[in-house]
Amino acid sequence: MKPPSLGAILLGLIPFLGGCFSVALWDRIYPMVFGLPFNFFWLIAWIVLTPVCLYGAYRLEDRGASGSTPEEGGAR
Amino acid sequence: MVALSIISAIVAVGSLAGFYARSHRKMDLEQWTVAGRGFGVILVWVLMAGEIYTTFTFLGASGWAYSRGGPVLYILGYQPLMYVVSFFVLPYVWEVGKKCKLQSQADFFEVRYGSKYLAAFVALIGVICLLPYAQLQLKGLGLIVQVASFGAIPPTAAMVVAFALVAAFVFVSGVRGVAWASVIKDILLLFAALFIGIAIPHIYFGGIGRMFAAMAQAKPEHLVMPGATKNLGHGWYITSVLLTACGFFMWPQSFAAAFTARNARILRRNAVFLPLYSMTMPLMVFVGLTAVLVLPKLSDGDLSLLTIVRKTFPAWFLGIIGGAGALTAMVPAAIQLLTAATLFAKNLCRPILAPGMSDQKVARLAKVMVVVLALGALYLAIQTSVSLVSLLLLGYAGVAQFFPGVILGLFSKRVTTSGVFAGLAAGVIITSVLMLTNRDPWNGVSAGFIALCANFVIAVVVSGFTSVRVAGFEERTAAAI
Repeated sequence: MKPPSLGAILLGLIPFLGGCFSVALWDRIYPMVFGLPFNFFWLIAWIVLTPVCLYGAYRLEDRGASGSTPEEGGAR
Repeated sequence: MVALSIISAIVAVGSLAGFYARSHRKMDLEQWTVAGRGFGVILVWVLMAGEIYTTFTFLGASGWAYSRGGPVLYILGYQPLMYVVSFFVLPYVWEVGKKCKLQSQADFFEVRYGSKYLAAFVALIGVICLLPYAQLQLKGLGLIVQVASFGAIPPTAAMVVAFALVAAFVFVSGVRGVAWASVIKDILLLFAALFIGIAIPHIYFGGIGRMFAAMAQAKPEHLVMPGATKNLGHGWYITSVLLTACGFFMWPQSFAAAFTARNARILRRNAVFLPLYSMTMPLMVFVGLTAVLVLPKLSDGDLSLLTIVRKTFPAWFLGIIGGAGALTAMVPAAIQLLTAATLFAKNLCRPILAPGMSDQKVARLAKVMVVVLALGALYLAIQTSVSLVSLLLLGYAGVAQFFPGVILGLFSKRVTTSGVFAGLAAGVIITSVLMLTNRDPWNGVSAGFIALCANFVIAVVVSGFTSVRVAGFEERTAAAI
């Protein structure tokens, strides 16, 4: 198995930037969004956005893998 | 009594599912520990969700929201990120596991670094970290029964019954039984969380938005970091989220769950979709925040969810929530016991004390250890006091110290056995010293994170001064890495 591709790693870093390192920018109550304090809204948004980023990474990795090694699904 | 009968019924159904899973399979060690590496997307999903969503998350998330406020954001923050880490790590772990027939986390260290002593050290740390975790599940279960019976049933009696059930179905059907019991648990927990997370703020305030508006009015400082605490600020948030995201799948049971998958793609696909299950966490947090205004004077924040459910709904509904909570304690406890028992028999006892043991004997010893460890955890749960949670946090930081050894082992050819040994030992020592002397967080930085950084640096530096001496690994796993 090849190491993860650079594109997939970059996609994986996006949730870390959004939900972790940038905490000082979004840890506040106002503006409230959909009735939620801004910090709660922001982290809940990343619960939804993280799968989007990972799906992108999955597509990249899957395409990379199918070129070189066959699908492992048959192995039991 | 209504509540208790419903809790018992739910626990019975969950345990039956666990027993039923055995269904005419020959239970050798490989079936028992990793289900013959035959799980598809759904079973891997429920097994992982089964061990990730424990009573610590169920009662703990609402408890943190109640007693600490803003710092609870850390739970919402690390959840999606730990799956990002798993996306990049677990498929490679699986690959090595498949090629070298691995069944436990310590097995991984043994084949990668060619040292049974390093493997035994990893197994020992794993078992030590797992015991307080299993014990905490028991405590949670005791609390649930205590609240649901209005104090009529002593928590000790409930813990004994639940633990006999857990030990029995782990003993009989292994990891397959756990996965099937987890199916029932996940369905119940999902509905329970969705319902109470929306209903409770609605009943008291007319909606989640209005609850937050009332909070922002009455206690705005409770909604941002550091909330009701003095030292859990932004530096602590960043370092704790990084530590937990990197460390979560280093828990021996979560690491070994990767081996149950049929192929590596299943693990990637799981990492993509599991974060959505985290949507239940904010709902638990909303319940805890509602309790801040509705029940301001609780002695123990961890009781906030159960107490507000008991105050708000009829007894039968408390029974359903309590049943979901009881399974949420039993399923992870089962996985934790199974993992600790396997580590003990396979990676500690056989290589160090009795090298000649056959696989059948190891399997038998592991099953006996399930019972022994269950009794141990039960004894500790009945005997010890509140400091449990601090023991668990120590466990979280402790298992995170495996991370450098795993990552360097998978992606670096230069790393050496001595390097990983030195880094791991340093990491565990720094973690224990800082945390046991109440220096977590230390200067606003999570203690485990400091240890993790030191661990990484020491592993790399010592590797630079020693030569790679593990021959044969490259050939054995040539196709894997």
